[in-house]
Amino acid sequence: MRRIEDKIAIALLWMSSLIVLAFLFVLLGYILIKGLPVLSPRFLFSFPHGVEARGGILPMIAATFYLTILAGFIVSPIAIGGAVYLTQYAKPGRLVRMIRFGADALSSVPSIVFGLFGLALFVSIFGYSMIAGGLTLSLMILPVVMRASEDAILAVPRSFREASFGLGATQWQTIKNVMIPVALPRILTGLILGIGRAFGETAAVFLTAGMAINLPFLPTEPGRTMTVHLYLLATEGISLDIAFGTALLLSIFILSFNFLARYMGRRSVKGGR
Amino acid sequence: MSEYAFEVRDLDFWYDDFKALDDLTFGIRANAITAFIGPSGCGKSTLLRCLNRLNDLLPDAKVEGTIELFDKNIYDDDVDIPTLRKRVAMIFQQPNPFPFSIYDNVAYGPRIHGVKKKSELDDVVESTLEKAALWREVKDKLSDSGLELSGGQQQRLCIARALAVNPEVLLMDEPCSAIDPISTQKIEDLIHELKKKLTIVMVTHNMQQAARISSWTAFLLAEVESGSAKLIEYGKTNEIFTRPKDKRTENYITGRFG
Repeated sequence: MRRIEDKIAIALLWMSSLIVLAFLFVLLGYILIKGLPVLSPRFLFSFPHGVEARGGILPMIAATFYLTILAGFIVSPIAIGGAVYLTQYAKPGRLVRMIRFGADALSSVPSIVFGLFGLALFVSIFGYSMIAGGLTLSLMILPVVMRASEDAILAVPRSFREASFGLGATQWQTIKNVMIPVALPRILTGLILGIGRAFGETAAVFLTAGMAINLPFLPTEPGRTMTVHLYLLATEGISLDIAFGTALLLSIFILSFNFLARYMGRRSVKGGR
Repeated sequence: MSEYAFEVRDLDFWYDDFKALDDLTFGIRANAITAFIGPSGCGKSTLLRCLNRLNDLLPDAKVEGTIELFDKNIYDDDVDIPTLRKRVAMIFQQPNPFPFSIYDNVAYGPRIHGVKKKSELDDVVESTLEKAALWREVKDKLSDSGLELSGGQQQRLCIARALAVNPEVLLMDEPCSAIDPISTQKIEDLIHELKKKLTIVMVTHNMQQAARISSWTAFLLAEVESGSAKLIEYGKTNEIFTRPKDKRTENYITGRFG
């Protein structure tokens, strides 16, 4: 009797993990089948035209990378600076606990709320623009990147810190020359994961960067990201083919970010001891 | 130059409300090797870390009494701690090279103290690796990571890194306990060589090592009830090892406890 119970339990557990894996393959497979026929060099490197948005999605790819990279540049110094302060300078106590709690709470705020905030604040200053979108996205991913940076800095072995102080380095010299360089691979892993989230974000973006089909050059120009394009194509029934092509490309980019983050994470395990 | 590098007076050391060191008073002679011996947890390392104020990194540590380094109390308010630690460098129990290249490890100290010229750094790196008896082994792979060296080589790299800031005193916290006998031999030879120019203070668990290389020995022991460490006996190494005055010293060095 017990043995049968065991077998049933194992079978159920096995099935649930199989469902997870199967679902991933079905999802990716479906997008692949629907999207692959659309993918071509022309799709990557030309502008959309006509009522069915045929042609390519170059401006959307450009706007997506522009926004994401901009957000990355805005968030990195704030996140790393905050992490350094919290781990190295701040005295453990109420302020630190409040900042941590604030960061955690911030990361569970729905992205559309960030979008609304960005609309009210940044769009009213800059108009629909890359900079308004970038600022909004960087606020959104700040908690994730800051917590990852904190963990990365705390993981630096104490012996490195002591060695540096023991040679007469000041605290800032130790942070700048030892702590941050040693923690960098893991900080970058966190940054890439945050950027991955920004890359796939829709709601916060169309409220702040706009929907204009435009190859953005200046940060004050608006643009339409791939996710927003996908959203408009699907909701307005413009072209499901192009929507799936965009979805496939988006998935490929985001999966690459994940692999890159994993690769960086592994490298840091090898590097530091 | 005065006879003593350090003069420790009425030193108490507290972790929070635990008194780890109790009323130590003694002098450490310049240009000699002094060994701190005693059972585990008797405060040897704590005492060593008081000498370059590395204990300041601990949030709940408190020091009472004075430690003079060449007649200047290092716990005075006007002491610049980075300068102190540059004069009193430290070698740790576990070799702890930075995960940087061999060159950058040695150049770390000079760089933070303001040496920028490449030619000057090259000279320091070569001469200190020579002094640490490591130059011949690494001269063709200075850009390799310091972590790729063997344990014994890593420890000599750490010694080179410390020598590169041109210290007056070298503190060594059981420098050979994590490495093999042949490397230990090399490091002991090196310590002998360094004694000519530096004051060396080392903590060791190894009685033979203390007897082999030190001129002066301090025996510390924690009291049973309070756990506070006291200086039980201090003197010339050969006297401590051949004619200990205190029964507890004799028991310890003959291996009856610890």
